[in-house]
Amino acid sequence: MLLYVVSTVFVCYLSFNLRRNQLTPIVWNTLFWIILLFTAVNAIAKSFSQERHGRLLYYYSLCSPQAIIISKIIYNSLVMAVLSVLGFAIYAFVMGNPIQDNGLFSICILLASTGFASVLTLIAGIASKADNSATLMAVLSFPIILPMLLMTIRLAKNAMDGLDWSVSTDEITTLLSIDLIVITLSYLLFPYLWRS
Amino acid sequence: MRKIWWKILCVVIIFYVIIMGFIGPVPRLAIINESIRNTYFHVALWLAMTTLLFLSMIFSIRYLMKGNIKDDDIGSELAKSAIFFGILGCLTGSVWANYTWGDPWPNDPKLNGAAVGILIYLAYLLLRSSFEDEQRRARISSVYNIFAFAVFIPIIYILPRLTDSLHPGSGGNSTFGSYDFDNNIRRVFYPAVIGYILLGLWIAELRIRIKQINRVREEALIESGRL
Repeated sequence: MLLYVVSTVFVCYLSFNLRRNQLTPIVWNTLFWIILLFTAVNAIAKSFSQERHGRLLYYYSLCSPQAIIISKIIYNSLVMAVLSVLGFAIYAFVMGNPIQDNGLFSICILLASTGFASVLTLIAGIASKADNSATLMAVLSFPIILPMLLMTIRLAKNAMDGLDWSVSTDEITTLLSIDLIVITLSYLLFPYLWRS
Repeated sequence: MRKIWWKILCVVIIFYVIIMGFIGPVPRLAIINESIRNTYFHVALWLAMTTLLFLSMIFSIRYLMKGNIKDDDIGSELAKSAIFFGILGCLTGSVWANYTWGDPWPNDPKLNGAAVGILIYLAYLLLRSSFEDEQRRARISSVYNIFAFAVFIPIIYILPRLTDSLHPGSGGNSTFGSYDFDNNIRRVFYPAVIGYILLGLWIAELRIRIKQINRVREEALIESGRL
């Protein structure tokens, strides 16, 4: 997955190489989050479909479904956090770093990776039950993740402009509440999902 | 047919809304002028759609609790008629925006949210169509339906209010009730919402009956050994 991030960033770097001066902060920001979004979809889509049927049965006989979904969400959030921090390091290294408020931006990365991970884990669980899970994963997850992506991009823009923290409290609370809603729903709904 | 009264009520209300909506008295406002009549159609359609989606979610929850396949039929057909209303709501809003805001699809957070919302529910239909087994399809799409509704409400009703939007109730614009909703409008608007909800229920009910008849016939065929 790390290689995936690195190569995507490098492809973007090479594509923008010709017109380096056209890379405005807005383009920089949007491009970074879209790279992260695709990384997240690809990384998390595997979390259910990769495991064999027998092993899933074994898990289910060991512990409750709530424990499984919570542990999967925590694991995926950690993976996403590591991937996005490393991705950001490489991205900033090749594309330049226009960020003025690093603290706010790291909060933004943290919230976004938790949010992406929790939404995509449940969607991956749903999609893995169907036959053509790769297509279904994209179709199901993009519209649902879009509001979260928009809030994140706005928050990241605030961090880049070095605005005061009080300006972005709205975005932070909204992101936090979306995360909470999604995690609660996954916790409640997953037991119905794994039974089939 | 014992329960035909609400269908008659539905037809009466819809005709009342159409007739009064076009010739009834409305307040005169700058820029909006006569196009305020679109409230009866566009806004009422969206409210009806949200109600239908809410009902659909309730039936999905009921299916997950009790496991009765009829609840899933009802939930999915309600969602389908809600999608139909959502598309109609988009079209009426688009016609109106063309004359009032000067653009059929202005770059407005609520419009984009609406488009995303419809995409979510189209994905729901796609998810339903990708299963063969009935029980499995019902369970997994019920899970998705509940999840989708929980995401849909923030997209349509909460996020646009945090940003600048051309719609009332967001970005410093006041809501409807405060300045331009006089009694003439109320007299048509509230019946309009009820009428559309009844119409949606009617459409859903017909489709549910077709579905159930098909199921019974299939079972009869299997039992008679011709399959």
